[in-house]
Amino acid sequence: MPIITVKDLTKRFGNTTAVDGISFEVEKGTVFGFLGPNGAGKTTTINILCTLLSPSSGTALIDGDDCVKKSAEVRKKIGIVFQDNTLDKELTAYENLLFHSYLYSVPKSERRERIYDALHFVGLYERKGDPVKKFSGGMKRRLEVARSIIHQPRVLFLDEPTLGLDPQSRTNLWEFISKLPEQQGVTIFMTTHYMEEAEICRKIAIIDKGKIIAQGSPEELKKMVGGDVIYLKTRDDASAINDLKTLFHLDAEELNGELFITVSGGGDACIPKLIGALGDRVVSVRLQRPTLNDVFLKLTGKDIRPETISGNSEIKDTMRTYRRKFDK
Amino acid sequence: MIQSDLNAIYVVVARELIKFTRERGRLISTLARPLIWLFLVGGGMSRVVSPTMGVPYIQFIFPGIIGMTILFSSIFSSISIIWDKEFGFMKEMLAAPVSRFSIVVGKALSGTAVSTIQALIIVLLFPILGLRLNLAQIVLVLCVSIMLSFCLSSLGILIASFYESFESFSVIMNFIVMPMFFLSGAMYPVQLLPHVLGVISRLNPLTYGIDALKHMIFAPSALITHDFPLGLDITVITASSIAFVVIAGNVFERRK
Repeated sequence: MPIITVKDLTKRFGNTTAVDGISFEVEKGTVFGFLGPNGAGKTTTINILCTLLSPSSGTALIDGDDCVKKSAEVRKKIGIVFQDNTLDKELTAYENLLFHSYLYSVPKSERRERIYDALHFVGLYERKGDPVKKFSGGMKRRLEVARSIIHQPRVLFLDEPTLGLDPQSRTNLWEFISKLPEQQGVTIFMTTHYMEEAEICRKIAIIDKGKIIAQGSPEELKKMVGGDVIYLKTRDDASAINDLKTLFHLDAEELNGELFITVSGGGDACIPKLIGALGDRVVSVRLQRPTLNDVFLKLTGKDIRPETISGNSEIKDTMRTYRRKFDK
Repeated sequence: MIQSDLNAIYVVVARELIKFTRERGRLISTLARPLIWLFLVGGGMSRVVSPTMGVPYIQFIFPGIIGMTILFSSIFSSISIIWDKEFGFMKEMLAAPVSRFSIVVGKALSGTAVSTIQALIIVLLFPILGLRLNLAQIVLVLCVSIMLSFCLSSLGILIASFYESFESFSVIMNFIVMPMFFLSGAMYPVQLLPHVLGVISRLNPLTYGIDALKHMIFAPSALITHDFPLGLDITVITASSIAFVVIAGNVFERRK
């Protein structure tokens, strides 16, 4: 039985339809990726699943409980890492987690142990007594991940968990996140617009303008691009193109001094055959698998991360930090 | 269910008090305002205004200054909700498996605690003003302060629940808090106000709080200073507290 079942979910804000009749299922203990550009409806969907928003129509079930009718039950079963930081920066790391454990009624006898375990898990145990305002962006995110698992949720929602982090912190954070399903037995529902981060997902749904335009495993989605791409460098391009055509029915094009061949199915199995046929005419071979970004490009005709939008969100973050300093 | 809400109330109050004790500057700055009003305004005006109300002016405004302390610290404390919204912490609370009502009550109680502490510090200045209060009076003043603090903290939460960002702060200060202070009988008896302003001040819960404080602080012989019967004061404070908490709770419960 799937742990999340969403059916014909729609959310309208006035005249705009943020989420437009989406349906999907998430299997227990897996990582599910919800991919799409900014403004596609990812956060709206998460907010509905987390019972913070009511859908206009359609249903969402988490572990069998309806997100609208049984919101109290749903809340106990889920953990959330929101897109924006939601820590109290004046409190220490330990105090933030303690606050959480009270809110989620963690039994008194287990509070300290669970908090320490979570802090060890994300590597912040040594910093437990420091105020969060002294933490870096990556540490804050890790602390939020630690907080979200203290009440042992069945489903963990991660909304753009790596947004605004430097590449090293991102890698670091994914290390912790990818361990979660196995170590904590939790199902992960994550959104991101960093396509490469979605590689760890068992299943992915790609959302654009409120609609799911493709679903499947990363491999399945990449196949939609039309297979792998092989780049060949040869001593005699003309004869190679001719041989590829007659022997394998493959169309090769010359591109920047290389031959560019799209192969349906696995490209790796194809390489030995090509080399066998072309012999010492081959100088070098390069295989490139399609990326999830190529999938999005293929489906929508646009890049998932237009520069202007990500630029804006950075400005927003900076403004926030500035206002914070100004207020205090 | 009930246990989880009590946990939530407890932890919301605990968080607020921890932060209050860490920010010593906040205590000093919030106490500075009533002290300035009491000694600079009250002290100066005492030389201009003759004690026609049965007590010297600096004594007359003493309950009003206690009320002011409570008003400002309660509203400021509640307005931390807007901070919580702005900096995201509110989401952590709203997504938790506890009723929104318990968050509102927790916030109201923490505002109550913080502003009662400050009110008590001001109350204890009474010997400097030449007032004589016995222990029973001090305890009663404290009781009224607690009730008034809860009432105004709840009002602050209600106000804060309508605002999403801190840009509205000066609007709240200039159009809600300052008029509430001046139209409360803190600086002059409500009866002396022109008709329209008199009506507005009768809609102001702070008026009744300050009036109740006057009942507690001044001897019955000096009773020309108060405006309403004590029973009415207590009823209005209690009723408006309940109304504010219930409305604020509902506003928070509302899902878009």
